[in-house]
Amino acid sequence: MGPGVLLTLLFIVTPFVLSIFLSFTNQRLVPNLNIPTEFIGFRNYERVLGRPDFWNALGNTGLFVALIVPIQGAIALGVAMLINSKLPMRNLFRGVFFIPTVMTMVVVSVIWAVLFRIDGFFNQFLDLLSFGMLGPVDWLTNETTAMGSLILLSAWQGFPFQMVIYLAGLQAINPELYEAAKVEGSTSWQTFRHVTFPSLRNTHVFIVIATTILGFKLFTQVNLLTQGGPQGATETVVQLIYQNGFQQGKVGFASALSVVFFLTVLLISIAQRYILTNEETK
Amino acid sequence: MNNGFASVARLTLAVFILVVVLAPIMLMFATSLKGDEQQILIDFGTWRAFWVFPGDISLENYRQVLSDVQAPLLRFLFNSAVITVSVVVVGIFVNSAVAFSLSRLEFKGRGLLLAVFVSLIIIPMEALAVPLLLMMNRVGWLDTYQVQIVPFIAHPFSIFLFYQFFTKLPRDLDDAAYVEGASPWQVYWGLALPLSLPVIATVAILQSLEIWNSYLWPLMVTRGVEARPVSLALAQFFGTPPPIWGDVMAFSVLMSLPVLLVYLGFQRWFIQSAVNAAIK
Repeated sequence: MGPGVLLTLLFIVTPFVLSIFLSFTNQRLVPNLNIPTEFIGFRNYERVLGRPDFWNALGNTGLFVALIVPIQGAIALGVAMLINSKLPMRNLFRGVFFIPTVMTMVVVSVIWAVLFRIDGFFNQFLDLLSFGMLGPVDWLTNETTAMGSLILLSAWQGFPFQMVIYLAGLQAINPELYEAAKVEGSTSWQTFRHVTFPSLRNTHVFIVIATTILGFKLFTQVNLLTQGGPQGATETVVQLIYQNGFQQGKVGFASALSVVFFLTVLLISIAQRYILTNEETK
Repeated sequence: MNNGFASVARLTLAVFILVVVLAPIMLMFATSLKGDEQQILIDFGTWRAFWVFPGDISLENYRQVLSDVQAPLLRFLFNSAVITVSVVVVGIFVNSAVAFSLSRLEFKGRGLLLAVFVSLIIIPMEALAVPLLLMMNRVGWLDTYQVQIVPFIAHPFSIFLFYQFFTKLPRDLDDAAYVEGASPWQVYWGLALPLSLPVIATVAILQSLEIWNSYLWPLMVTRGVEARPVSLALAQFFGTPPPIWGDVMAFSVLMSLPVLLVYLGFQRWFIQSAVNAAIK
């Protein structure tokens, strides 16, 4: 086990400790001889928390998470229930539905860039639906639609992963519960509300926490399609870390951002786990 | 009668979802096979964006992207393959060995070490990228394969999955082997590892998708083409205006094809690995 522990120490624990250490310095990526690296106390944290662009990025990332978790979760559960019903050729459908998840986000972004074009599919569709009254919209450079567009393509790529997890959860539900509901004459909505949904509690907890963490890492789509624009409407925390730490070489400041980012993800996961598992005991 | 209606409705819905899932992928394939860039731009505004007529199929875009000396696509694919295979293969041995020691060997601080590994799962790579970049810069690893391989071999989540599997293996098996005079190493190598094939598959699939698709890290640590992986190469090719869509899509197809083929061959394993990752 020696190599594994050593590699973990070197490449996970060391950078983690280093990020805390560096966040109290004005370390730069390329050392500048005129500005010696020194401890500057909490100044990086004061700057992070005092800058509107940090709160904007955190707000955008939070909005992305708050929307993608329920949207993607609902789609995944719906499709999983469809496959789990007496659907013919269900293995074929399940196999094809899973494909987006094995596609690389870079490829997905490239394809959806075409669909979002000013003369692309979504504008033609909007034009058709509104009899030419609406549009065309420049989806990715419009402040009100840019984030929604990113959510749509992210949900398309991400839903199959949750779908197969929900499917496994559905198959683990005791069939006797459904029999009992049938005997009592429940409608299918009542069965869903009182049998299916509550029986999936552990699956919901996993899906919510895992999707939240994934959502907070939002970067590739943004970096490729909007670069955080328009007017910062899709700026995210990771994009900010990348810009400050790599493009501008401000390692100290970016480390403070990283620490705040990590603490945010940690606190939200703990809070979610606490709230979601405590409901069980009610 | 009612049942018949319901199953037709379900099938219709399933076909609708099938179309939504496949349409963007069809667009990628169709566009990559159209030789005329003007026609591609016209088609983008119609349903023909998703289709190519057999008579119009041309491999011109593929010829172009494969012969581009400035962006050697085969080199990028090779780079990604080397990086992904190295991380996954070495990772399987390293991570399973850690997990085996944690589950089977008695030593001081075992419980603490296990707790540390479990808590490391939650640290996102994105939060470590900047200090790691500084470290790699200092040791002069930028623009190499090892900068994209070595830091990602140890994988706390894989260790956790192996650990769970090993703790469920009956102890009687190892006890029998120890009675026959086997060393812990022999038990690990000859007994535990061969039995853990399902976990190996799960870990290999999850980790290889993560590495093949990585974007932020290669963006920070590669400058030239020598060690650049294909995901980053495609991003840069796409980001150089104006995009030549036929070429961009041919590039995308060539990047996706290896993964799609592996997926078609091991479909059940892929789906099972997603489920295994979730059930803790």
